[in-house]
Amino acid sequence: MELVLATAIGVMTGCGVWLILRPRTYQVIVGLSLLSYAVNLFIFGVGGVKTNVPPILVDGVPNSTLADPVPQALVLTAIVIGFATTALFLVVLLASRGLTGTDHVDGRNDPR
Amino acid sequence: MSGWTHHLIIAPILVPLVVAALLLFFDERQRVVKAMISLASTLILVAVSLALLRIESGPNDFDGVYLLGNWAAPFGIVLVLDALSALMLLLAALLSVAALVFSLARWHAVGAHFHTMFQLLLVGLNGAFLTGDLFNLFVFFEVMLAASYGLLLHGSGPLRVKAGMHYIAVNLAAALLFLIGVSLIYGTAGTLNMADLAARIPDIEPDRRMLMEAGAGVLGIAFLIKAGMWPLCFWLPTAYSAASAPVAGIFAIMSKLGIYIILRLTMLLFGEGPSAGFGADVLLYGGIATLIFGTVGVLASQALGRLAGFSVLVSSGTLLMVLGINDGAISSGALLYLVSSTLTISAFFMLIELVERGQDAGAIVLAVTMEAYGDADDDEPEEGDGVTMPGTMAILGICFAACGILLSGLPPLSGFIAKFAMLSAMMGTGAIGVPPTAAVWVLVTLVILSGIAALISMTRAGIRTFWSSLEGTVPRVLVIEIVPVMFLLFLTLALTVQAGPAMQYMDTTIRSLSNPRIYIDAVRNAAPVADYDGVSSTNAGSK
Repeated sequence: MELVLATAIGVMTGCGVWLILRPRTYQVIVGLSLLSYAVNLFIFGVGGVKTNVPPILVDGVPNSTLADPVPQALVLTAIVIGFATTALFLVVLLASRGLTGTDHVDGRNDPR
Repeated sequence: MSGWTHHLIIAPILVPLVVAALLLFFDERQRVVKAMISLASTLILVAVSLALLRIESGPNDFDGVYLLGNWAAPFGIVLVLDALSALMLLLAALLSVAALVFSLARWHAVGAHFHTMFQLLLVGLNGAFLTGDLFNLFVFFEVMLAASYGLLLHGSGPLRVKAGMHYIAVNLAAALLFLIGVSLIYGTAGTLNMADLAARIPDIEPDRRMLMEAGAGVLGIAFLIKAGMWPLCFWLPTAYSAASAPVAGIFAIMSKLGIYIILRLTMLLFGEGPSAGFGADVLLYGGIATLIFGTVGVLASQALGRLAGFSVLVSSGTLLMVLGINDGAISSGALLYLVSSTLTISAFFMLIELVERGQDAGAIVLAVTMEAYGDADDDEPEEGDGVTMPGTMAILGICFAACGILLSGLPPLSGFIAKFAMLSAMMGTGAIGVPPTAAVWVLVTLVILSGIAALISMTRAGIRTFWSSLEGTVPRVLVIEIVPVMFLLFLTLALTVQAGPAMQYMDTTIRSLSNPRIYIDAVRNAAPVADYDGVSSTNAGSK
């Protein structure tokens, strides 16, 4: 389980970093999305990976068998904020495409 | 401590938030109403932050911990007002008044929802200054950034959209680093409350402490991007010089937010204990590199906007360097420098637009943006109303000279006093009779050189603008545009005249910061308010 999660985070981060270094705006936005998925999974992972346990404190049940609710709350907030900022970036990307006529991040096609 | 004064702590967040929501109910055509509401909000913020500063520095022992939802510290989110956050709140409020009044002349009309975004930016800034919780800090940081994306693009045009896209991409990546840092810290320390975290650091076992420090380092990179430390600063001069003048004026404090958080967290988490001094070297050398890069940039700048952008870097570099040294007396000088340079740079950004208006460069950009936004049905209220300045060139020239004096740190204005306080503290760090070390000489030389570079650049730009201008066209400047600039410059003058009390305040601030126990105990011992109808306080939050 841990291995699968860690591999997923690693692969997504790697792809994301490669994509945000690309010159096309669409690649950058996909890269940022992949990175934010990786980060969300990472936040989820720091609470400890557990399956099928509730994040609810019950008398008599040891804490170690329960899931940590805080990362779940954090990841929810991070998803919402990440979604909103990605949508905003998409609008800027379209505005840039409209104003410069190219989807290059610097607004020009010719390599210097 | 109870009573209504205690609730003032949350006012700097609530007032702009409510006003921002309120402003959405008004149509864009009701510009005057929107402007008045927005202005009222910033004036209230000035009054509130002045009151908070007075209460905080007053003789009574003021309890600055505000428990949101009435939950005790590590469980609920806290707002903490101390001397440093009160100072930053006041600085932000003063800048916002100046920038807003400046924008009323024409800039607020070149795009939609300017006032709403402006108020939301203030929500984010004030929230980040007040919060005592790392994840809450992230939320306020994002509120501020989201508003700043909109404000940077305000006025549109290819230049702004291009700079804005780079700015957004860099800051989205920084936000992800922020999240990684926060979650690493949570994973190792098990808390996100800053005070609780500081108290728990000694108890973290060594193998996990390394991970915690890695988390803090990743978190620090997010703030250093905001503060503009070399090599994370290449976006800054472009973005700041592309922004419209009032927006750049308020952005001047955003880079100081990065500095504020780094100061707060290093003093609190790494002031003492097993992780003491973590990251100090990075700040010192990073600050030196930033200062050199900024100085070269200031010398190389052709356009005034870029000159101002690189001045932000010089200011950030100086401050980061001092944070790296982390010595009480130098730090209090640096706080004065922070206030003085923020006021100066903000005034300078707004002044540039006025000065360049006569040279057509600014006017062309403005004309293009007006065209791009396409306000065809607009009745052009900016032409004709308002009073035009008499003796425009003389007043612009005096303001420009004052900015130059402040940026280069010459007497008699506050830039000199701040730099003098820092430099004399640096020279006097050793015992009496012991000459300063070579490292100190390097720092002192760099600070003085950066001042000389600013002086050369400002003189060159001033001669080109005011003396050798061939067209001889006098820019059309409205009174409400030059008054905010003069107001900010007047504040630096006031800071000079009242340098004694100001320095005293900075000294107290640094002294309370260098004793993190005060902060930690205040937050941990803050008790929830008992419910007035007798219900025990533990139930109060669960309703």
